[in-house]
Amino acid sequence: MNANGILVRVDGVEKVFHRGSEDIHVLRDLHLEVPAGEFLALMGPSGSGKSTLLNLIGGLDRPSRGTVTVGGERTDQMSDRHLAGWRARHIGFVFQLYNLLPVLTAERNVELPLLLTHLSRAERRKHVETALAVVALSHRSNHYPRTLSGGEQQRVGIARAIVTDPTLLLCDEPTGDLDRKSGDEILNLLQALNRQHGKTVIMVTHDPHASARASRTVYLNKGQLSDRPVD
Amino acid sequence: MSFAHLVWSNLKRKKLRTLLTVLSVTIAFVLFGLLSSIKQALTGGVSLEGANRLVVQHKVSIIQLLPVSYKARMERIPGVAAATHQTWFGGYYQDRKYFFMQNPVVPEEFLEMHPELILPPEQKQAWLRTRTGAIVGRKTAERFHWKLGDRVPIQTPIWTKSDGSTAWDFDVVGIFDGKEKTDDTMSFFFHYDYFDEGRARGKGEVGWFTIRVKDPAQAAAVAKLVDQEFENSAEETRTEPEGAFLQAWVKQIGNIALMTAAILGAVFFTILLVTGNTMSQAVRERTGELGVLKAIGFTNGRVMALVLAESCVLAALGGVLGLGCACILVPALAKPLSTMLPMFFFPVRDLLAGSGICLALGVVTGVFPALQAMRLRVADALRRM
Repeated sequence: MNANGILVRVDGVEKVFHRGSEDIHVLRDLHLEVPAGEFLALMGPSGSGKSTLLNLIGGLDRPSRGTVTVGGERTDQMSDRHLAGWRARHIGFVFQLYNLLPVLTAERNVELPLLLTHLSRAERRKHVETALAVVALSHRSNHYPRTLSGGEQQRVGIARAIVTDPTLLLCDEPTGDLDRKSGDEILNLLQALNRQHGKTVIMVTHDPHASARASRTVYLNKGQLSDRPVD
Repeated sequence: MSFAHLVWSNLKRKKLRTLLTVLSVTIAFVLFGLLSSIKQALTGGVSLEGANRLVVQHKVSIIQLLPVSYKARMERIPGVAAATHQTWFGGYYQDRKYFFMQNPVVPEEFLEMHPELILPPEQKQAWLRTRTGAIVGRKTAERFHWKLGDRVPIQTPIWTKSDGSTAWDFDVVGIFDGKEKTDDTMSFFFHYDYFDEGRARGKGEVGWFTIRVKDPAQAAAVAKLVDQEFENSAEETRTEPEGAFLQAWVKQIGNIALMTAAILGAVFFTILLVTGNTMSQAVRERTGELGVLKAIGFTNGRVMALVLAESCVLAALGGVLGLGCACILVPALAKPLSTMLPMFFFPVRDLLAGSGICLALGVVTGVFPALQAMRLRVADALRRM
């Protein structure tokens, strides 16, 4: 985080995908600053580059041009190995389709990121219990994903994202596959993580109802950001 | 949870597929164990015979006899430490199907020439003083339930006695063992004098000579000198190392090593494809999950290790099961096969080689899917969830 309290800084970023001889410009000279502790909603039509931007911030992809700085570190310059370690320490991902491993129980899915730490088995267990308690799923810890509802699976996904106590939560349409009631529960949870636990949250969404929970909403269209929705 | 738990959970994902793959590998390793044991049974004696021994046979064929007087001439050749002879008796006990090797020998010379045979001293003395005495290998003694003091008749279609009979009586005075597991304990040896006096024809003739050379490094030169000694005589000789002599016997049924290598090569190549296909499918099916692992911080190396570990566990499970089954099956088959394959056992060196093949199979079948997993771009992989 810099002196102004900015956790994420995206500066002059361009992202070009190459499909055969065709260049597809997904992001164009994009600038974004996210202060620490903010709950930012990122909206825009399909194909506008929301997920691409989220991937760049989370170090899952690299910009074609420009810089991405998170917590004072230039992620666009890190090696793959360094970036993997950095993600494990600083970023929690929440996916639209939960992306749980079907062969592991809820608690073991949550424990996965902790395998990369030096914590003892007992310490890992404690962290897992805490994370599952935060998402109110302690009683379902031994269940496999296929036996959980969509909302419950997403809560497991959130527990997995927060178990390492990351600085930044990146949520890619976390309510996109849920009904309104379950979606609201997830939004309540994200809001609580932001307000009570001080997590910075960046959430990609199509849903105005979801973005209303954020402290700020930005709109992405044709690779460029604005503060107002595009017609 | 540990890394190992993650590997195991992934293998349990498609239980039937994993089971079938493990079974394929198991069968391959059972075959490996059986074929190694057959190869051992057919060629085992060859490689372990004394490097300092030469065998002298008739130049034309092993069935042509040589004069026993050649022995004294051989012993005068420089480099020859000792010489002794044997003759093919070709007999059987009670029924033609109970065939085994019997050879008339000069007992003292024979035992000195073959220190790998263990015979208790009192039995040795009994053999030396008993004209009709014979010593028999442990396996044959057990096969026919012979014990010391038994009188056993052996029929031979080759050597008729002076009285027209083809049955020769022997007194079992010794039962010998081998120093090594691979030493032959199927044979039966008796006095040449008893044989020579009793036979109706061929007196003074023997099947082949065994020579011990003073310096194994000079064996080839000595062999040449022996053959030169009998050049242009009525019975010319062919001298070769004992190993090569036995190898020639074995080659009558083909090149065993090549045949087993070819069969095993085909089996393992098929298994390579089966296991490789299983692993490739396993990686393709969970591209998205591998992407998730990378997203939460698993390095490329760790993801590669995960896939490699899975293929190694698959191969190890099949390999351990297969080699274990072979270790149980081979001794169980050894007894019924003992008449045809007396040295049928699974050699430790082949067991170790099997373990090595097992590990190599795991690595080779896993390496390409593992590289594929390692090279996955996270953002692309997540789109395939």
